[in-house]
Amino acid sequence: MELPSLSAIGAQAVSGLTTAMLLFLVASGLSLIFGVLRLLNFAHGSFYMLGAYFAWQFNTWLQGSFWLSVLLAAIATGVLGALLERVLFRKFYDRPELMQLLFTYSIVLMVSDVVKYIWGTQQLGVRRPEILSHTFQFGELALPSYNLMIIVISLVIAVGIWLLLQGTRLGKTVRAAAFDREMLSMLGVDVRMLYLLVFSAGCFLAGLAGALVAPMSAIVPGMDADIIISLFIIVVIGGLGSFWGTFLGSIIYGMVFSFGILFIPQFSLFAVALIMAVILIVKPEGLLGRENTR
Amino acid sequence: MKTLDNKRNRLLMATALFLGLGAVPFFAPPFYVVFLNDALIIACLSMSLNLLVGYTGLISFGHAAYFGLGAYACGLLMKSAGLPFGVSLVAAGALGGFGAALAGFFCVRLNRVYFSMLTLAFSLIFWAICFRWNDLTGGDQGLSGIPYPNLTWISQMLGRPDFSSAQSYYLVSLVVVAICIAAMWIIVSSPVGLILRTIRENEQRSTFIGVETRRVKLAIFIVAGTIAGLAGGLFAIFNRGVYPDFMYWTKSAEILIMALFGGIGSFWGPAIGSLTLLLLHQETLALTEYWSFALGIILLVLTLRFPSGLWGLFKRFTNTRRSK
Repeated sequence: MELPSLSAIGAQAVSGLTTAMLLFLVASGLSLIFGVLRLLNFAHGSFYMLGAYFAWQFNTWLQGSFWLSVLLAAIATGVLGALLERVLFRKFYDRPELMQLLFTYSIVLMVSDVVKYIWGTQQLGVRRPEILSHTFQFGELALPSYNLMIIVISLVIAVGIWLLLQGTRLGKTVRAAAFDREMLSMLGVDVRMLYLLVFSAGCFLAGLAGALVAPMSAIVPGMDADIIISLFIIVVIGGLGSFWGTFLGSIIYGMVFSFGILFIPQFSLFAVALIMAVILIVKPEGLLGRENTR
Repeated sequence: MKTLDNKRNRLLMATALFLGLGAVPFFAPPFYVVFLNDALIIACLSMSLNLLVGYTGLISFGHAAYFGLGAYACGLLMKSAGLPFGVSLVAAGALGGFGAALAGFFCVRLNRVYFSMLTLAFSLIFWAICFRWNDLTGGDQGLSGIPYPNLTWISQMLGRPDFSSAQSYYLVSLVVVAICIAAMWIIVSSPVGLILRTIRENEQRSTFIGVETRRVKLAIFIVAGTIAGLAGGLFAIFNRGVYPDFMYWTKSAEILIMALFGGIGSFWGPAIGSLTLLLLHQETLALTEYWSFALGIILLVLTLRFPSGLWGLFKRFTNTRRSK
């Protein structure tokens, strides 16, 4: 096997990091929803897909005002999530897991066809903003500025969420809800409102990631089923409900995938699934999870 | 006495059903035969999942993997190795069971959501292998052009030389499926079946009364995987091809939905669910291409209002009539 050059490795690392950070935006919402609401949400990938389609739609209406489209797409996804939480998801919090899984899967099925009905099955694309369509050149290494922007934005958001969870009263309440929600409601916290907030914030992040990915990859039906599997792998590796665990899981996933493609292309899908299985067998609570699951 | 009567009645009904289904190709048009063949195989598959979900309370989210393993085994052995159908089908069951043993050994150590996640992870591993091993499985293109086995002996034996391969093959599937269902019935109505239900109701208590729950769970996982593998082998020939989609997680979800739709609280429920959903699928496709949406609505109503499925509805209906 020919050894790849240093610049190829660098390029692969940046591409892996970009994937990782985008996935982290989505996965952190999934993990937060699981931690607080105790709901394993198969439909989380659907919100990501909706974010991408919303971004395309707003971008078309606003004739290429990229940043505004991304923001509006994320907000629209968050609002839709809030509506669905109030109308449907709420009814399933205390139901058996099988019912939860199948209910969230029914949302996946419906959203996938609604998307096909509205936007058709052909690929859609969003053009990168002018300012981010060039590449940075470091010797032989060419780094697309759009990827760097995604990494920076995601890192800022990650730190932002963490500060919010650690330093504010709201964050403390959220963490307390993950710990013992009955006690929390006895202490006079409006748990229903809190759930609504957490769920809709998770959807907002998923929509944001979907909107940001729009200029990088084709928007197609089916992106929901593929990403939800990546997300499950990530949260399982890192630890369901653990914030930094999700971060670590995303980095591992992105890097394995990216370098897997460089070295043994057939192997990367298998490798990440295998890592997921091994983690579940050895440490089912995930690398940074704490809960006892046996 | 009453239970004995009950048992005999059930056996009579099952035999009648078997004979009735066996008579179908003799008078019904081939179109129905093909549809029923599909339904039989899928019913058998969802009933095997029900051994785990309904009887033992193990929510497997990767059952399609063993179906797919069986399908690939049967398809490859018949197409590439040119082995006879009987051997290939047995190998399909064996590979399904072997895959289930491999995965189940680890899965049964985990509980609840983590069990589901690990079954999902293993199904992804098996899927990735079949999806990427181009030289063997044809990768994402799948395996097409699997030959029908030579079944002229069946049509000759029955004195119907006009039977097509599809019609004869339907009878073969019917016999294999019937054997699988009989095996499942024997398991669930034996003391082992009671132990399975005990584990579902309270795993800790079953260990208190001396049940080695892990071993029992592994055994039933392997049985379910073997039957899924056999169903996959049958389906590979029926479909004349095997594709990696057979093993993707959405297929696993589909089987789970079928089982739940019919009712996981009963033996026949999943079969009824499969048949009904396949019928609905066919009828819906004639009207609109948006089958996923229709299925989503069905599933939503089911999870919101009728968690015990069609069978539960039927029971409730007959019970209220009796009490009047």
